[in-house]
Amino acid sequence: MIFDFFTKLTGSEISASIISALLPLFLFVLPFALIAVLLERKVSAHIQDRLGPMRVGYHGILQTLADILKLIQKEDIIADSNDKPLFNIAPVLVFAGSYAVFAAIPFTSSYIGSNINLGLFYIIGISGIVVIGILMAGWASNNKYTLLGAMRSAAQLISYEIPTLMIVVTILMITGTLNLNELTEMQSGFFWNWMIFGGQATGIAKILLIPFMIVGFVVIYISTLAEVNRTPFDISEAESELVSGYHTEYSGMKFAIFFLAEYANMFAVSAIVVVLFFGGYLSPIGYLGNTLGLPWLIPVEQLLWFTFKGVAFVLVQMWLRWTLPRLRVDQLMAICWKYLIPIAFVNLLIVGLITLI
Amino acid sequence: MALKTEEMTLNLGPQHPSTHGVLRLELKLDGEFIVDVIPHIGYLHRCFEKHAEAMTYPQIIPYTDRMDYLASMYNEFGYVVTVEKLLGLEVPERVEYIRVIMGELQRIASHLVALGTYGADIGAITPFLFCFRDREKILSLFEMTSGARLLYNYIWIGGVARDLPPDFLRLTKEFIVYFRPKIKELNDLLTFNKIFIERTANIGILPKDVAVNYGITGPMLRASGMKWDLRKDDTYSVYNKFDFDIPVGEGRMGTVGDCWDRYFVRILEMEQSLKIIEQAINQIPDGDVTSAIPKRVKPPVGQVYVRVENPRGELGYFIVSDGTLNPKRIKVRAPSFVNLAVISKLCNGHMIADVIAILGSIDIVLGEVDR
Repeated sequence: MIFDFFTKLTGSEISASIISALLPLFLFVLPFALIAVLLERKVSAHIQDRLGPMRVGYHGILQTLADILKLIQKEDIIADSNDKPLFNIAPVLVFAGSYAVFAAIPFTSSYIGSNINLGLFYIIGISGIVVIGILMAGWASNNKYTLLGAMRSAAQLISYEIPTLMIVVTILMITGTLNLNELTEMQSGFFWNWMIFGGQATGIAKILLIPFMIVGFVVIYISTLAEVNRTPFDISEAESELVSGYHTEYSGMKFAIFFLAEYANMFAVSAIVVVLFFGGYLSPIGYLGNTLGLPWLIPVEQLLWFTFKGVAFVLVQMWLRWTLPRLRVDQLMAICWKYLIPIAFVNLLIVGLITLI
Repeated sequence: MALKTEEMTLNLGPQHPSTHGVLRLELKLDGEFIVDVIPHIGYLHRCFEKHAEAMTYPQIIPYTDRMDYLASMYNEFGYVVTVEKLLGLEVPERVEYIRVIMGELQRIASHLVALGTYGADIGAITPFLFCFRDREKILSLFEMTSGARLLYNYIWIGGVARDLPPDFLRLTKEFIVYFRPKIKELNDLLTFNKIFIERTANIGILPKDVAVNYGITGPMLRASGMKWDLRKDDTYSVYNKFDFDIPVGEGRMGTVGDCWDRYFVRILEMEQSLKIIEQAINQIPDGDVTSAIPKRVKPPVGQVYVRVENPRGELGYFIVSDGTLNPKRIKVRAPSFVNLAVISKLCNGHMIADVIAILGSIDIVLGEVDR
């Protein structure tokens, strides 16, 4: 898609892939992180009866920029006992893992970084790199707190991938494709064609599917919440226990990269949930571009819808974070292995039976 | 060949977000499980007791503020009651009422910090800020009375520094009306939250007999099911004129004496404190609050021990007088210090996250532990 376009434009596949790789970073991930960090601070502040940042710009809208300026100026501290190569690579890996996900996410019907047929599979696989980065960071810091944080994080991410995958397989059984663009197009029409309402199935099958789709959505939302280490599953950062987990020893821009990765990840998992269950970039009520006869308007509207749906889930993540306490390590594992995986498995079986109808 | 394993030693503190000050816990870990906990104290030692020997009795009052800095009013209260007993001094009724109002407001403020930081220890940040928002109202009441927000030097030997400001009683009444629904809000947000209960119920269970053997007092003892409150059982000041209950732990969510009980007893105590303040406001007589303040505090030769119910437990002052202007010896029985001693017993077999939960439920103030 966009890759072919740039190949034609520049005449070289290498420059085309570089451009199409950087495009979502500068056009979407960085601006989103800037806004999301501010949003998080404002949302938390208003939940807690505070005002939040108010000094930099009108109601503090430039606060994140000021923070970034501060972080750029900060000394990059590397302790003598750190394992330097690993310590330096870790933030890059974490960021690469969460950023590479954006390559396969369809922002609009006409923009997708790489329209590969195994899109969903690729996303699940590539986000596994994050675990390696976190383990590296925890180990290389040579600090007991970071090590504990990293071990917790690795255990958590690996466990919660299983219910996520089971729900993905459930969707796969209904749609029969891993291509995210096709998957989205299969939900086109009005909002009752979204996967959460049973997709394109008709008649009795649709009615039967709806409750199981809702269960599937809840399971995948909880497990993606765990995969991005947000409260109530933020045991790997657990401020009150492990200071700040695997990135305790990082300062300056390396810390900022971890931070950026966290927010990029928050949107990435929300985007996956949106694509799987809420019709991706599709509008629930039709397009203004169609009414006005302006075809170029449709992708713009789709991008807005996609961002809107994604940000809505990001807001729910923030809301949960500032309301709930944190689980303990063993309770977290118990939720995954004793509840989510059996539920997801039964869900998978039943949906499989329904699709036979 | 079996792999060689060893326990990991983890230093928790003295600089750590949730050791409530400069406490250092030496944790012996088997994975994430606790094998042993050894508390190391003394990072905030300021020689209060030795220092007090070089000062006159009224000069010591500001130093008592700095022991338990979250319950300064009550430290002054206890010290002043002790010296008055040594002097055989009677104070006007109005002074006693003012002291009780201040003391109970201080108890609420101190419990709010305990509950809020406990929420933060468990991972919920919002209750912490809610509690601080409400505590702020109490601090402004203190500020309008004494001019200070944390270290008041308000309760003096034989009286209080100055009379209540004209608006004080009205504003305190308004605070009570404001605060009652806020307790419910805190209950909805944190106390009965499923995750919070999972994290605190059946954790760090302190049986009644162990609590008594360790000399544990205050909300921690009451949470273990022992109905023991010095305001009733060894009454002082005018506490015998008020009608209030002593809440005890019932094991509603788990076992009697677990972390949740210790947390919930504090919530119930705040309600009882509101009840006492309400009665005191209605009954408070008029009078001169400075008339009984002696010009020179020179107690006769002798010694005295008086204990009061501080927000954290039994705060006792032992004073030896040699008939001069300075005390010969002062010894403080600090409730936090005694309560902290039981931590290694409570933590055995739990996980790291539970150590934080248990430590938070003990509610220590390092200024008082180290003095």
